[in-house]
Amino acid sequence: MRHLWLTAHTDVLESLRAKWFFAYTLIFGGLVALLFAFGLTESRIMGFTGLSRLMVTYIQLAMAILPVFVLVTTVRSVAGDREAGVYEYLLSLPIGLGAWYWGKLAGRFLVVFLPVFLAMLGAVLWGLFRGVDVPWALFTYYTGLLMALAWCFLGLGMLLSTLTRSADVAQASAFVLWLTLLLFLDLILLGVMIRNQLPPETAVALALANPLQVFRTGAMMLLDQQLVMLGPSAYVILDTFGERGYMAYALIYPMVVGTLSALGGYMLFRRSDLP
Amino acid sequence: MIRFEQVTKRFGRVEVLKALDLDIDSGHRVALVGSNGAGKTTLIRCLLGEYRCEGRIAIDGLDPRAQRTEVLARVGFVPQLPPPLKMPVGQLLRFAAGVCDADPQRMVDVAGRLGLDAGRFRRHPFVKLSGGQKQKLLIAIALGRDTDLLILDEPAANLDPEARHIFFKLLAEKQDRAAMLISSHRLDEVAALVNRVIELDQGRVVLDDRVADLVDLASRLSCSVGLLRADDAFARAIADWGFRGDATGLTWTGTVAGPDRLRFLGVLSRYAALLAQIHMDEAQAAPPPRESAHA
Repeated sequence: MRHLWLTAHTDVLESLRAKWFFAYTLIFGGLVALLFAFGLTESRIMGFTGLSRLMVTYIQLAMAILPVFVLVTTVRSVAGDREAGVYEYLLSLPIGLGAWYWGKLAGRFLVVFLPVFLAMLGAVLWGLFRGVDVPWALFTYYTGLLMALAWCFLGLGMLLSTLTRSADVAQASAFVLWLTLLLFLDLILLGVMIRNQLPPETAVALALANPLQVFRTGAMMLLDQQLVMLGPSAYVILDTFGERGYMAYALIYPMVVGTLSALGGYMLFRRSDLP
Repeated sequence: MIRFEQVTKRFGRVEVLKALDLDIDSGHRVALVGSNGAGKTTLIRCLLGEYRCEGRIAIDGLDPRAQRTEVLARVGFVPQLPPPLKMPVGQLLRFAAGVCDADPQRMVDVAGRLGLDAGRFRRHPFVKLSGGQKQKLLIAIALGRDTDLLILDEPAANLDPEARHIFFKLLAEKQDRAAMLISSHRLDEVAALVNRVIELDQGRVVLDDRVADLVDLASRLSCSVGLLRADDAFARAIADWGFRGDATGLTWTGTVAGPDRLRFLGVLSRYAALLAQIHMDEAQAAPPPRESAHA
């Protein structure tokens, strides 16, 4: 366990020095600052105003930025380190493969989740300072959703990093994966498929299997409880899960996908050549 | 101590190691030589448990892959190319000492003996150190803890002559307790360090020889080189070895680490037409010449 935390600690320090982390933090911190600057807390949409409005917008933007950022930076640094010979040296030290792999994952999770969370927390603290009502339920749920999303794409990133032997291939695969998930959002390819008479069960199954769509629907749940914006598939979702059930599913499913992907990556990592 | 039994490693259809059988005992200092693609690095990576392979590798009966923490705790490794680690020197030392259950101060002390003040560079990213400084730090991490096996891939390539001498002395301190596997493209680079030579070619052992073990790793030779005429190129080359010339530039004096004598003579051979005389003596206080060569 000590080796795991040592690896996690080292990975956190490495990430804090990396340029990607600086850009990542700047983007999410900047987003919140921009949303405040453009007076989003004063605008109103579908009954949402103040910090709720800001958080709803923030979470939608996070969905667009966080997955691709987590995927690409994870595969670049993990596969890139292996390609550059970092693994050859560090794995010649007496550290267990489990401690190494899960330690890296834990450290990386902290550095990808914390900036996103702290930006949202910063908004809440600013709101408290300004005397604005803080929607705690929304804040708590969105924190959970962001954790689930970060974990999901981190797990997928680790799996891709172990599947591919070069940083370039890993990065291209990460981008293709993200693009595929993006295409199968209800707004894009899924909409086209429904218009072309795709069986509704298939459309709903795709929507439920796509962690990005699950996140989007989960985030929408608090904004639009009848899922009017989602169209007919909302009936299936609400009939099958109910509102609370789907909110739980939106938290659990991405975590399961992330964990299974990370586990798959670990099994491959243990069985394959390390450098 | 180390046993390779029918070790085969394939990358796709290419067989890089071919049914290799080897035994290496404690006290063996092995030069692992061979041209590019001979299988040296692959052999080392298999031994470190980093590559999976067919056959069996055991270090004191332990499998380096299945029991990697127990095995690697006893192995010191210096790679040929320093890894591009962005972490600062202090963090690298803490990490290495932490996973090895070693005292980081011992590593700092070894680095100090090699001429690297690790304390001064502790906030400095490893990747930004010079080639020689990186090599010294990696050697310090490998030698600054208790190990039974040292795996060194071209370990002294980037070291200056003084650091090479200290490095040879450090190896001498370990030579009775540890086995050493020193990989190099050229035998003359490592010949004086070893008592056994294994040559690989296309994944097979083509030479496995014990060699005379007469050179004291910690020894030093006091040298003087006389020239027929002063020469700038020679002056630059020999100054790299820490030699000093007299006012005329015709006589140069300095010391050479014992195991480095072949390498030194190799450098001198490039200027054979300029050489008037060479004296090489085991370094003592003003000794009479015991071993000398005249050009």
